[in-house]
Amino acid sequence: MIKKIFLLILIFFPFNSHGLIKVDITRGNLDPLPLAVSPLAIDEESKKQFEKILSKKDIGSEISIIVESNLKTSGLFNPLDKEAFLQKPDIANLKPRFEDWKLIKAQALITGKVNFVDEKLRVEFRLWDILAGREMMALAFTTVPTNWRRVGHIISDKVYERLTGEKGYFDTRIIYVAEEGPKTQRVKKLAIMDQDGFNNKFLTLGNELVLTPRFNKTSQMVTYLSYFRNLPRVYLLDIETGTQEVVGDFPGMTFAPRFSPDGKKIIMSFAKDGNSDIYTMDLENRVVDRITNHPSIDTSPSYSPDGKYISFNSDRSGYQQIYVMESNGKNVKRISFGRGLYGTPVWSPRGDLIAFTKLHKGKFYIGVMRTDGSGERLLTENFYQEAPSWSPNGRVLIFYRETKTDDKGEGFTAKLWSIDLTGYNERQVKTPTDASDPSWSSLLSN
Amino acid sequence: MEFNKVLKNAILVIVACLALSACATKKAGTGQMQGDVYTGNDTVEYLASGVPDRVFFATNESVLTTASRETLRKQAAWLRKNSKINIVLEGHADERGTREYNLALGERRANSAKDYLMTYGISSERISVLSYGKERPVDSGSNPLSWSKNRRSVTVKAN
Repeated sequence: MIKKIFLLILIFFPFNSHGLIKVDITRGNLDPLPLAVSPLAIDEESKKQFEKILSKKDIGSEISIIVESNLKTSGLFNPLDKEAFLQKPDIANLKPRFEDWKLIKAQALITGKVNFVDEKLRVEFRLWDILAGREMMALAFTTVPTNWRRVGHIISDKVYERLTGEKGYFDTRIIYVAEEGPKTQRVKKLAIMDQDGFNNKFLTLGNELVLTPRFNKTSQMVTYLSYFRNLPRVYLLDIETGTQEVVGDFPGMTFAPRFSPDGKKIIMSFAKDGNSDIYTMDLENRVVDRITNHPSIDTSPSYSPDGKYISFNSDRSGYQQIYVMESNGKNVKRISFGRGLYGTPVWSPRGDLIAFTKLHKGKFYIGVMRTDGSGERLLTENFYQEAPSWSPNGRVLIFYRETKTDDKGEGFTAKLWSIDLTGYNERQVKTPTDASDPSWSSLLSN
Repeated sequence: MEFNKVLKNAILVIVACLALSACATKKAGTGQMQGDVYTGNDTVEYLASGVPDRVFFATNESVLTTASRETLRKQAAWLRKNSKINIVLEGHADERGTREYNLALGERRANSAKDYLMTYGISSERISVLSYGKERPVDSGSNPLSWSKNRRSVTVKAN
């Protein structure tokens, strides 16, 4: 379903980007770029057709709202109020009157057009630099109408990439654990949704406890922990077909699974006789390799994006700390030396940082450090939070946060939150139920 | 009208009782820890008369305390007398740790109870181990006493 082919035509190559606007995403952006997202123009006939199929009155306007909301959520852009727009969408898309847009302080403008062509949704859009008075980008897509939300996400990604110089993260999904019920008897289900919280779908019924789902970077496969028949084991789930299988044949609990960057192996912990070590299993030939062999707890393994290294969590020093080793288990080095306990190391998709959870003096922190342990930076502090997962461009972390209960043991909640690598732009990611253990997919298109 | 009034009063009385009993349990809860190991019996159930079903641990620890060893010796004696009974040791952690580490910690705690039962003659074939990490707290509070009740290994009859 997700792989529905998008026809993508580059109408125009921006020949020279010299002197055009650029958004710096490497520092906390306290001054987001003001931009105008004009509703996409649509003719009456197309409007009628899409209303029939999608029950949306004006699909052009709906798509522009997605773009606007994505850009706003990124914290890097400040979409201006549509009420202030002076030019009509169809005319603006042909050739904007730059003075009009300058007047409302827009520095960039997104315009576009939607058509119903051969039962398909055809969308074109343009990005304009208002101050330089020129077009920065123009693209057109054709897809099935039901993909309309993804069109909005793809436009957002293209705009983000053109203005920041880095790939976006909007045409992505989040898999997570949906939670309901009292704290002592939580019912947990696997759930998946678009990055912006739409199209939420439950993947399991809640009959057994499920934990820690993680995406494969290269396909629509997920690995997770299920207590099916009261045997906690690592499973593999194909979200396209719904087929599930147990990973490996271990005489005990397997947990903390993740895929290797090429998607061919699963790395996980196997616990036996009070000792947890790290193992991999090759998904093609089912060969199991033992990676660590130490009487301490070794868990939460995560590969570097080139597959050469593994970061993990061990209490071999007496307390939970973060270690890095070669992917064959050699040259184990402790990298966390700050005060407190460190857990859940996750290697950034850019390869330069490791995100982690830290517990110090009764508070939980989400932070990042370089892969040699230097440059530790704490991004957020709270009563309880853990399990960061990176956006595919390595700019945003999603994690979950639990609240303290009151004197009667009530008021427990678990929610998803996201924060920029800069430590700014912390926000709750809305989910229909309580939620934990988020994992961010890679970009679905391109 | 009269009836409604009676009903209202009755409800008030019930509410007052509930409030009082809530206070009572809370009071009883204090002073039930040694260091940070739970020593009370609020949540404890019994496998047989005089045989408590669970042992408690200090934060991040899987070492058995003196009291825990005594409980496990009672369990071992009971298991020797009831040789057809098999058990599951369910290991748990409190909410103040990362999910994955806590799964490992729960497994380690249950195994330390298992090892002790084995030294008292219980065959490993009668014992299976299951870690719940922090997934199944008995006490939903967010305070040191609640956490101490949740750091536990519970012996459950498997048949």
